[in-house]
Amino acid sequence: MPLSTSSNFAQPDDAFRAIVEAHRGFTDEQSADFDAALVLILANHIGDIEVLRDAILLAKRRMIDGQQQQQQQQ
Amino acid sequence: MAQAKTQQAKTQFGYRRHPDQNRPGQGPAEHPVVIVGAGPVGLSLAIDLAQRGQRVVLLDDADRIGEGSRAICFSKRSLEYWDRLGVCDRMVEKGVVWSVGRIFHGESQLYQFNLLPEDGHKRPAFINLQQYYAEAYLADRVQDLPGIDLRWRNQVTALEQRNDSVALTIVTPEGNYYLHAQYVIACDGARSSLRQMVGADFAGQVFEDQFLIADVKMTAEFPTERWFWFDPPFHAGRSALLHRQPDDVWRIDLQLSRDADPLTEKKPENVRPRIARMLGHDKFEFEWISLYKFQCRRMDRFLHGRVIFAGDSAHQVSPFGARGANSGLEDAENLAWKLDRVLRGTSPASLLESYHVERSLAADENIRESTRSTDFMAPNTRQEARLRKAVLSLAKETEFGKRMVNGGRLSVPCSYDSPLLSPDADAWRGGPLPGCSMLDAPVATRAGEQAYLTDAFSQGGTDFTLLSFSNGAAFEAPVGVKDICIGGEDGLADPAGLTAKRYDAEPGSAYLLRPDGYVAARFRHPTRAGVAAALSRAQGLNEQGLN
Repeated sequence: MPLSTSSNFAQPDDAFRAIVEAHRGFTDEQSADFDAALVLILANHIGDIEVLRDAILLAKRRMIDGQQQQQQQQ
Repeated sequence: MAQAKTQQAKTQFGYRRHPDQNRPGQGPAEHPVVIVGAGPVGLSLAIDLAQRGQRVVLLDDADRIGEGSRAICFSKRSLEYWDRLGVCDRMVEKGVVWSVGRIFHGESQLYQFNLLPEDGHKRPAFINLQQYYAEAYLADRVQDLPGIDLRWRNQVTALEQRNDSVALTIVTPEGNYYLHAQYVIACDGARSSLRQMVGADFAGQVFEDQFLIADVKMTAEFPTERWFWFDPPFHAGRSALLHRQPDDVWRIDLQLSRDADPLTEKKPENVRPRIARMLGHDKFEFEWISLYKFQCRRMDRFLHGRVIFAGDSAHQVSPFGARGANSGLEDAENLAWKLDRVLRGTSPASLLESYHVERSLAADENIRESTRSTDFMAPNTRQEARLRKAVLSLAKETEFGKRMVNGGRLSVPCSYDSPLLSPDADAWRGGPLPGCSMLDAPVATRAGEQAYLTDAFSQGGTDFTLLSFSNGAAFEAPVGVKDICIGGEDGLADPAGLTAKRYDAEPGSAYLLRPDGYVAARFRHPTRAGVAAALSRAQGLNEQGLN
């Protein structure tokens, strides 16, 4: 089963909001700790190494694109 | 072996001049096999080859068994191998048997694991035994075998590969002499000089973290279990390991900082307070203190012409996971039967290539596992440390968190993927796949005596063996293949039904086992032609398969 990138939540704003609000009041350091735990919990729930690898690739591609945009702006 | 049990094993040996050193005008003596290095791997390989009828010269540059406990955990697989070599009873009798490990974080236990949670196995998951005992018992066994010529203080200083042999220059207290060997097996350890002589690389990863090993003698109430701590109260921010050995000796392994000064850290007066904090008392004596860094690396190829590398000379791993000596012993059992066949001319020399293929896979797996453990214990970046912290805290309340905590993944036999194997053609729901190690199970002889499948396998010497489950009519194993039949009038009984269960067997099912106890092929309905084809492939006679 490949990584699903279609919208899976009936209310996507609720999901985004839930994550945003979870970070409220955290320092950057606390947020990073929180994210680490959340990623591990969700990765285990997915329980499919191929899906996890696809997700890692997709996330990495965002970062590379972001860096390229930054360089172009400079 | 009742007599041997009570004897103290010999650890000091003398140099003796050999007639090979007096051959004026005759040229160097020629031998089929010379093994260099009388450690656990070299000794076991020599015994295995000698039991198969080969004449073996075994050279070692020292004249005594090395000091320090060094390797202490010997796996079930290694014990089953030593059973076949006739030395296991003594090892297990002296050793400390264990199967349970506990992982702690701070003051509290995160979880415990059992490496052999089921009955019906002859040998335990692990024994702990100082390496010097293991070597001494193996050296004793060598004395029973006239086929082995063990020469102490014989140091190989030069090697020349020829078309049909290897020429060795050997230095002894009485000067140099020369030997020719058809094959030379380098079991001369991580700092192998033979590896340098063939000009091979030994590439891999060096870890910067330092670890302190202290073996202490004390009487203690701790159970016979492997205890591993992350961030213990007595050693804040780092990891620690406590493990029992025979003779009231305890292995303690403490992670130090990357910049700790080795000479300072190693001084007993500096080690003592650390250990006293851990134990809560200072009633102990030091047996051995050693400071080390990990290296995870391997040779690109284990075969260099007629020189074959086995054990630490070929691959090196971090010690967490007991994958060093155990994987070396697996090298020996993989190589011995193949080399024996090649020397007899019953298989082509290309069969040896499968040693490289199969044991490279194992080395890669061992390096991967031990690198992961090391990275978990000593995170390289702040984010790695953060992820580890998350795992350790999740482990308190979730099963998946416990399973991610990596305090060392202990050695299990690797499964092979190699041209010697015949993939399944039938449907199986369980049992060991081709390329997996055979499983032990309890059986009973016709006379009603209890025994184990591993005993039946090793009885009379290990060879290719057809393990078949009776369906009334006896299936005849091909010529030269040993036969173990479960059930039927003449077969072994399977009183608990565990043999059939562990092999997912139905009446008529059969497994073709290699001399190293690995499954070569399996059949729901074996045919003469099918078994013969699998046998021929497993013996490297199917040349196409090897290329």
